[in-house]
Amino acid sequence: MNFDDVQVGQELPPLDVPLTAALIVGGALASRDYTPVHHDRGAAQAQGLSDVIMNILTTNGYVGRYVTDWAGPDAIVKELQVKLGAPNMPGDTMKMTGTVTAAEGGDVEVAVIGKNAWGNHVEGTVKLALPEGA
Amino acid sequence: MPLSPEKKQQLEATLREFVGKPIGPPYQGRDAVNEPMIRQWCDAMGDTNPAYLDPAAAKESVHGGIVAPPTMLQAWTMHGFEMAKGYDEPTNEEQRLHKILSEHGYTGVVGTNTAQGYTRYLRPGDSVSAEIVIESISEEKATALGIGYFIVTRTSFRDQDGEEVGWMTFRVLKYIPAQQPQAAADAPAGQPAVPGRIRAPKGHDNAWWWDRVDEGTFPIQKCNACGTLHHPPRPMCSACRSQDLGWVEASGRGTLHSFTVIRHPQFPGYDFPIVAALVDLEEGTRIVSNVVECPPEDVHIGMALEGFIHEDEDGFKLPLFRPAA
Ligand SMILES: [Zn+2]
Repeated sequence: MNFDDVQVGQELPPLDVPLTAALIVGGALASRDYTPVHHDRGAAQAQGLSDVIMNILTTNGYVGRYVTDWAGPDAIVKELQVKLGAPNMPGDTMKMTGTVTAAEGGDVEVAVIGKNAWGNHVEGTVKLALPEGA
Repeated sequence: MPLSPEKKQQLEATLREFVGKPIGPPYQGRDAVNEPMIRQWCDAMGDTNPAYLDPAAAKESVHGGIVAPPTMLQAWTMHGFEMAKGYDEPTNEEQRLHKILSEHGYTGVVGTNTAQGYTRYLRPGDSVSAEIVIESISEEKATALGIGYFIVTRTSFRDQDGEEVGWMTFRVLKYIPAQQPQAAADAPAGQPAVPGRIRAPKGHDNAWWWDRVDEGTFPIQKCNACGTLHHPPRPMCSACRSQDLGWVEASGRGTLHSFTVIRHPQFPGYDFPIVAALVDLEEGTRIVSNVVECPPEDVHIGMALEGFIHEDEDGFKLPLFRPAA
């Protein structure tokens, strides 16, 4: 993606992420987060959850990936902010959408929402720099 | 159980001692930035960005070679397998702070916000350390989960030369759970327990009203002494102070007195946007409900409405309104 092709209000292609136990456990372990609620269903149930829940590093990973899928390998991500909501659990789907909220001097800001059956799992903002000119 | 004012003052004085201090010495990540961990991360995130995976394409990119996904920053300094055992005895000041709060009844903990800044992308061979400072602890706040304190930590990530490569702020709420967690274990395996609408509390003065709704009728409280209608139900007539109260069935016909459209925040269990409405019933009292089966932009004050008893998937019934046919 080139900065010259970006406009405020532009929407990113939506992405549906089917949430499997493999994805949630795999994301936790790939981020070296062995906190039991992210891989042990019994531990999650002892805390009143019905199943394992996605860890925050995986949420960050998906928000980052969603934006760079659109922006391409020449984007440079500068900053990520997320607000966490409804937990992501196996069997659900996280529906990701994004909108460009600012674009100036090569810098772009994208608002991202990841929504599951409960409501918004994540509301985030990603700031990135895109290449300018041909 | 809320603390006595003296105990709370003591607790808050203790909490203030943590603010502005590192939780311990910088923690050195075990492994340098490396491609196997990057690939494992990309597998789990479904990330196919060639800047992380394909040496030839990465060389052609703005990065000039393989880089780690920026959001992987924190992963390089996670403690890994030992986290599964938990920490009975605090091993740093952050854990000690959490333990003190837990001992005072603030047993719940939930991450609410995080932000990360990436000063530069990490490359294979970089070694990363993390220094965490407790940046702030809020006043006691009332939240949907219970009363508690918001704790913000700030982490500086540094490379082998001591240069900052990124930072992170992390906000958690440490709270006294307002209610016991619901047993969600009865949800079918592999399916999240999707919560329904929040139930109205049924008390001495209003349980009968919800019981009538459960039977499929739409009741309005009526004073047997003077005939005044009331909603919501109450223990005594506001007009004549009689406690001899009965009810009549509403026709459901009404007009929209006022409304607001709720788009945020979005709670689970509701379909947004919600048209929250004040409806004047033709019998002569007013009820708060929702207007459904009508796009919010078509809702207008004065419109004719038709009430009906709606049933949620979980069996909860309540009167809602739609545009009159
Ligand atoms: Zn009366």
